Amino acid sequence: MPSGVVTAAYIGATILFILALGGLSNPETARRGNLYGMSGMGLALFATIFGVVTGNYALLIGALVIGGTIGVILAQRVQMTQMPELVAILHSLVGLAAVFVGFASFSDPNTLFTGVEKTIHDIEIYIGILIGAVTFSGSVIAFGKLSGKIGGNPLILPARHWLNLALLLSSIWLGASFVEQSAAGGGVGPLLIMTVIALLFGVHMVMAIGGADMPVVVSMLNSYSGWAASATGFMLSNDLLIVTGALVGSSGAILSYIMCRAMNRKFIAVIAGGFGTTSGSSSSAGDAEQGEVAPIDATETAVLLKDAKEVMIIPGYGMAVAQAQHTVHDITRKLRDKGVNVRFGIHPVAGRMPGHMNVLLAEAKVPYDIVFEMDEINDDFPNVDVSIIIGANDIVNPSALTDPDSPIAGMPVLECWKGETTIVLKRGMATGYAGVQNPLFFLDNTRMLFGDARESLDAVLANL
Amino acid sequence: MRIGIPKEIHSGEKRVATTPEIIPQLQKLGFEVAVETGAGVSANFSDEAYQTAGATIVADTRTLWSGSDIIMKVRGPERHPHLGVDEIDLLSRGQVLISFLWPGQNQTMLNSLAEKGVTALAMDSIPRISRAQKLDALSSMANIAGYRAVVEAAQHFGRFFTGQITAAGKVPPAKVLVIGAGVAGLAAIGAAKSMGAIVRAFDTRPEVKEQVESMDGEFLLLDFEEEGSGAGGYAKVMSEEFIAAEMALFAEQAKEVDIIITTALIPGKPAPELITAEMVESMKPGSIIVDLAAEQGGNCKLTEAGQVTQKHGVTLIGYTDLPSRLAAQSSQLYGTNLRHLLTDMCPEKDGKLVVDMEDEVVRGATIVNDGNITWPPPAPKLSATPAPKPEPPAVVEPAEDKPPSLLGPLLIFGIGALALFGLGFVAPPSFMAHFTVFVLSCFVGYMVIWNVTPALHTPLMSVTNAISSIIIIGALLQISSGETWIMLLAGVTVLITSINIFGGFAVTRRMLDMFRK
Repeated sequence: MPSGVVTAAYIGATILFILALGGLSNPETARRGNLYGMSGMGLALFATIFGVVTGNYALLIGALVIGGTIGVILAQRVQMTQMPELVAILHSLVGLAAVFVGFASFSDPNTLFTGVEKTIHDIEIYIGILIGAVTFSGSVIAFGKLSGKIGGNPLILPARHWLNLALLLSSIWLGASFVEQSAAGGGVGPLLIMTVIALLFGVHMVMAIGGADMPVVVSMLNSYSGWAASATGFMLSNDLLIVTGALVGSSGAILSYIMCRAMNRKFIAVIAGGFGTTSGSSSSAGDAEQGEVAPIDATETAVLLKDAKEVMIIPGYGMAVAQAQHTVHDITRKLRDKGVNVRFGIHPVAGRMPGHMNVLLAEAKVPYDIVFEMDEINDDFPNVDVSIIIGANDIVNPSALTDPDSPIAGMPVLECWKGETTIVLKRGMATGYAGVQNPLFFLDNTRMLFGDARESLDAVLANL
Repeated sequence: MRIGIPKEIHSGEKRVATTPEIIPQLQKLGFEVAVETGAGVSANFSDEAYQTAGATIVADTRTLWSGSDIIMKVRGPERHPHLGVDEIDLLSRGQVLISFLWPGQNQTMLNSLAEKGVTALAMDSIPRISRAQKLDALSSMANIAGYRAVVEAAQHFGRFFTGQITAAGKVPPAKVLVIGAGVAGLAAIGAAKSMGAIVRAFDTRPEVKEQVESMDGEFLLLDFEEEGSGAGGYAKVMSEEFIAAEMALFAEQAKEVDIIITTALIPGKPAPELITAEMVESMKPGSIIVDLAAEQGGNCKLTEAGQVTQKHGVTLIGYTDLPSRLAAQSSQLYGTNLRHLLTDMCPEKDGKLVVDMEDEVVRGATIVNDGNITWPPPAPKLSATPAPKPEPPAVVEPAEDKPPSLLGPLLIFGIGALALFGLGFVAPPSFMAHFTVFVLSCFVGYMVIWNVTPALHTPLMSVTNAISSIIIIGALLQISSGETWIMLLAGVTVLITSINIFGGFAVTRRMLDMFRK
């Protein structure tokens, strides 16, 4: 196959990838978009395998079949509540691949560059491996945290900012000496040391970030995996990789930005980690007993729901933990059959991954046209008769708007307290991730339904 | 312990302190229930119904009183018409009496209860805190009174409430003015509104405006600033200027409206006189005034407590027993209030009543404890929920604190341009070509991704993850290498990236299939 045809195929693949991402603007077009993505990938693989590869087909096909089988099985087996973990571990594979391709490219005797081109190529390899290694180890740690294999609390090392700075400076210094030595034919030493440093940096970075900041971390790692692919594209002078990597990289970056905005926090502050520790004296009201809560039982909840006209359900990570989405759907269906207008209000950072709640609700077959974003429904709360908060805390905390000293001050929240009644499903009176007491629980129109979210909702369903 | 429910003896009283529906719940708490013959008949609860629900029916009044540990009543103790003794004398040491008692107005009764050595809980003395809402019998009764007031008004009113245009002509809607938007007032607003009347309401407490509007009533504003809220959410006595302005408003409204329902009460004070004789005279013939405060002297000068009278062509309704006129409903609600109180006082669910004087609610309700007068209770400590109103809440504006300065973007553009220029100076043309592609695709990505709906952010991540495995191309380029270890490394890379490609697309597909309308 002439190289012009391969390039043409790559252009086709690029267009298909862009269409795949564009299709995600709407659930209707998204399925077709995914097909575009698959075709694009198929086209690129086909052109490369038959146009560029010259040998070792057995190894290639074997690896492709084994890897593909593992991938499909993983995709079929995974529970929707485990999606964040799956996405994190898949990111790590991209990072690892970038490291391997970088090393292979470095030791490939067929690439012959001289002068500035050689230097640029070396820098490309160096950066590709650096980003790949950070992505890999960061994603592995994120996976551990999301799946509960590693504790969710941020690990705060003393002088961690200085440590990061030292790692960064030494990477730059090692880069300089790598380019120097590579020009003379060596350079493996600095490259290996840098890889180890980058791996440590990835571990340290994600360890310092707490559980509820995970949406930012996951989308940031998504971004990194894109930049790693892009850097590899530069290294191999391959425009398809550059374009695809850049698309993915900007996608992840935008997601990170959206998540940070939803928490009203600076990206740098999230990455620097240790949420809550920097705000020093958190507002004194935070720990103080703020009054009495009014408990409610499942029977009364069912009565309230039956009598309501407008019901808003606000799910949080607790719904995912309790696997309560199917019960939620059954309740929704029953109420809608009775003519109650049930809607869902989703906060951008609810859950552990961007869009986590939407996926869980979609899994339970909740129609997506009754699932709304915070900005779409926040003004509707005064007309809502009953809001049900399922395992969420900080995203419905009124002190974000009223208490300028609160660690979550300024974060946009779902203003459920403006409705008639709010029912909060909660295990106990523990504070949310931000460690801030939630005045919502003590409001006159708030009722607490204590217990496991799933058991409570099952009981409510039985009483409907 | 055994609960006794005597038949109410106050003349005209139709309510009863528990209903058949509540009895199983009392039994669940471990109590036995005995009901006097005919106790529920006026509220349409037959002896058989009580019996079926599990209560014992006791024919003899004295047996019932002496055989019970807890006596639950609606009205306070009075002289028994048949037995010829005061009900207090039927009590003996150690018994518990729960009912409306009004200790403030009944000092003698309080003393005789103490002499008897009993424990007495007054349902009217339950403190008004959020936790005690479910025990608040006054609210339950006020709610019923408000509803019934509208029904009584409709009974005497010669026209429709709702406006209609019929073949026989046009009917204007009735105009109702509700004075005092407490529980009773709000119930009256709701009832009148749902019958189709135009409803206006007035209250000295401006914060109830919202509640009135939530019931679809129109809140009449006084052009006068004075905070009318007293302790515990009740109204207080207002200044003279305020009252003058208020009276002017009522005088003006009286000429216009068809029905006035007054519910204005100030705790421990005679009811304020709001509707004067002149105002009554100025009303249209056939108008109605329902005075819910008749028992405390009346909001209207001319109403007579317990009577319906006609004066100046206006019907004045002064019934003092409105809840009793809806006996089944009020018995049900009152019985539930009592049941909640017992639930609170019987934490072990073993049928033993614990008078916990540390509990704010029980402390407030208990007026005699084991023969000792414990009324009035210490001033209730306000449950601290929103401590003194946080003065104008300092709303935190998200970001956007200063006007964007031009310097920042200019600086960034400058640095960017310099960096690009420097890069172009040293880098070879082939690199610059790739770099062009890179920058352009970043912008394409930026444009495309902002259009992605937030609901699909998770599929977005999994699909971008799948396509970022395009890095497999790199491995494919290397797999044909002559060097064995490069070949093997490339093989492993192909393996892991293909996990990613197939897994990523498959899981995206699975997720997208779940999104349905």
